Amino acid sequence: MAQQEERIVGIDLGTTNSLVAYMQGDQPVVIPGEDGSPLVPSVVAIPEKRQSIVGNPAHKYLVQSPERVVYSAKRLMGRGVEDVQGELKLFPFHIAPDLAPGEVIRLQIGDEQFTPPEISALVLRQLKRNAERYFGAPLTKAVITVPAYFNDAQRQATKDAGRMAGLEVLRLVNEPTAAALAYGLDRNKEGIVAVYDLGGGTFDISILKLHEGIFEVIATNGDTHLGGDDIDNLLIAVALDDIQGETGVDLRYNGAAVQAVRKAVIDAKIALSSAETARISLDLPGVEPYHREITREQFNQLIQPILARTVEPCLTAMKDAGIRPEQMDELVLVGGSTRIPAVWDLTSQVFGLAARGKKPHRDLNPDEVVALGAAVQAKILEGGSKAIEDMLLLDVTPLSLGIEALGGVVAKIIQRNSTIPASATEHFTTGVDGQTNVAIHVLQGERELAKDCRSLARFDLKGIPPMSAGLPRIEVKFLIDANGILQVKAREQRSGQEAQIEVKPTYGLTDEQVESMILESFDHAEDDFRERQLIEARNEAENLIAHVEKAPTHPAWQQLTEDERNQIIALADKLRVVIPGDDRAAIRTATEALDKATGRFAELMMDAAVSTALRGKTMESAGENLGDGPEAPHPFAPAEINEK
Amino acid sequence: MQPASAVHDYFAVFGLPRKLAIDTSALERSFYKLSRKLHPDLYARASAGEQQWSLDQTSLLNDAYRTLRNPVSRTEYLLKLEGKPVASEEQAPQGDKPKDSRAPADMLEEVFELNMQLEEMRMNRKMGEDDPSLRGDLEKARTQFEGQLADLDEELKTHWQQWDAAVDAGATERTEQVKDKMFALLDRRRYIRNLVRDVNDALGA
Repeated sequence: MAQQEERIVGIDLGTTNSLVAYMQGDQPVVIPGEDGSPLVPSVVAIPEKRQSIVGNPAHKYLVQSPERVVYSAKRLMGRGVEDVQGELKLFPFHIAPDLAPGEVIRLQIGDEQFTPPEISALVLRQLKRNAERYFGAPLTKAVITVPAYFNDAQRQATKDAGRMAGLEVLRLVNEPTAAALAYGLDRNKEGIVAVYDLGGGTFDISILKLHEGIFEVIATNGDTHLGGDDIDNLLIAVALDDIQGETGVDLRYNGAAVQAVRKAVIDAKIALSSAETARISLDLPGVEPYHREITREQFNQLIQPILARTVEPCLTAMKDAGIRPEQMDELVLVGGSTRIPAVWDLTSQVFGLAARGKKPHRDLNPDEVVALGAAVQAKILEGGSKAIEDMLLLDVTPLSLGIEALGGVVAKIIQRNSTIPASATEHFTTGVDGQTNVAIHVLQGERELAKDCRSLARFDLKGIPPMSAGLPRIEVKFLIDANGILQVKAREQRSGQEAQIEVKPTYGLTDEQVESMILESFDHAEDDFRERQLIEARNEAENLIAHVEKAPTHPAWQQLTEDERNQIIALADKLRVVIPGDDRAAIRTATEALDKATGRFAELMMDAAVSTALRGKTMESAGENLGDGPEAPHPFAPAEINEK
Repeated sequence: MQPASAVHDYFAVFGLPRKLAIDTSALERSFYKLSRKLHPDLYARASAGEQQWSLDQTSLLNDAYRTLRNPVSRTEYLLKLEGKPVASEEQAPQGDKPKDSRAPADMLEEVFELNMQLEEMRMNRKMGEDDPSLRGDLEKARTQFEGQLADLDEELKTHWQQWDAAVDAGATERTEQVKDKMFALLDRRRYIRNLVRDVNDALGA
């Protein structure tokens, strides 16, 4: 049976809007929701306990009961309350009253509390459902995009949100890089490309080198708190002032009125991208009608300080990349906020485009391009596509990784813009006789002092055998994986003991917390839930059948006894009979029986796989093993380096 | 904190001998080629064991490429492999500036005067004053240091040639001499680089 491998989708989890896309043949396409639009506003209303409404339908609650609606949750991901004090005032929702500094933010909605990843999970689940409806099959795997400048905690929070939504996040891809993938897909581009991504809440600049299908990021920079939201907040403040001046009414503390103002200024902002003037009109009950004309020039002047904040990151990224503006072959604009004409002028200037008769590229829909690129990356992970078989993304870590040394200074161990995965190995010892644990403080950022960098986690190395001070030699390996997330391993070298590591993420959730937040039981149409469980059970059963059908081609099959083989075949037949039925329990039971019967076969297969993999375990041995035979993994073809 | 021990040889990752005159565009081609075989993206559907293998191999490849493509870190790395580790330019906490006593003997006088000027400049900045002639002096000093750095980079290349030739000839004594020379050069380079940074800080650049 040629069972199709389960699809992997690409998801753009945006501050303002979210989308899901997949590769249809050689082309990435966005998947529409029930209302026909692929854009799902990242807005979640919780009108009643254990009930959620996501996307456009949630908007109406903003006026009705604004304190029960959460938007822009992405700006709160992986952050502490002290990071976002300023903007929390502008949101209609409230934070939990019992929140301590250094804790993951919790939002208070009615008598329930939600963390930002849980809100994002509700958005992700909506996208998951849209895709499942579209495919008519369950979906459990996704690639999700994050701002390139997201730190470890923000990335982890995004991954947690995926898990809560029932999605295995196979990769986090940086948004500008995803955009570059979509952009470079059928253009066979070569050269240096900059992607300027100004979205709803975040700004990224990435500089890439495109060469024969390799998309190598050479430098990235940005600001995870800069975007269209800041423009909206500024316009809201200006309008509220203006209304107060004109009518004497202060609407600042009237949640519903502020939301009405917010909508009016956003409409005006959007209008000014194509018109020279726009009107902000408000007709609120009990307040004099308010009308104000705003010209594009006035608008440009107002937002100039916000746009100017994107310049420094661009210059730093170019400097880090060792690229001068005139070496930039292309500039791609991404993100809804790049629809603002003032952005085109600014970027043309920063990258010296006009002088060279070039224009920034805006030909791909700036709202969709990131999701399309995520779909391309999903297909790369899935494999087996001719169209993209040469494409490979080499991304970097946006921030330096360091550890706190004596005196509160930071020793950098992995520099920013290092290609990931990247690693560093450090050695630590004890300062006191008989000391059995060592604390390590890991930070991310560019500043010299620990207090000015972002605390990622405190690692407590435990179980060090008691020895004289300075004698233990603890080797700690820090590894930033392809998602930009840190992994840590420690070993005491003298005793060879694997040291236990206790991680206290600074703004993260523990595994147990994430587990308890999985959405399965949240709001819910019971039937819908049953249907999904049945689909999932069938899917699992079909997967297993597919594996069993392939089994006889594997050498391990011959290692089974004839009885074992016959039993597997009989149980597979039994399972095939129950799959089309509606009895989930029967499918589960038959699946489990077959799974159990194939246990030894799976073990034999794993042994074979591991022994193959082990043969290339280290670089050195891989090199020695070259030419060991066709079945040996070929990690290294002899390098072709011609020395001059 | 001690530097990482050399468990893996970054040169061997690329099948290269421990020689220093590397053609970086060939190194890049090799890096791309190996990335296409090892990258975790290619193992997304593989077993957990294979994924870990890919992750470890790719991070080693990336670490090796990053180290070898840069002339200074490449030389630092070789010296470490050869048992003569020099403090890295990148890794040291920035607060941990070299002591003045470590100034190369021939630069003592110059550095002494520079430090006085830097101190004055910092005071001026604190008071919100600007002394154009002092600023001019410091800018001139910076240009001069930058010139010295460029000269050192050229000189480093001649050391590379000597090193590679000595390795080819199996001349242990000569390799030892070249190692000492490169060690001294990198030490001096780091010192001057720190001076440039101090000048930039003081100028508010």
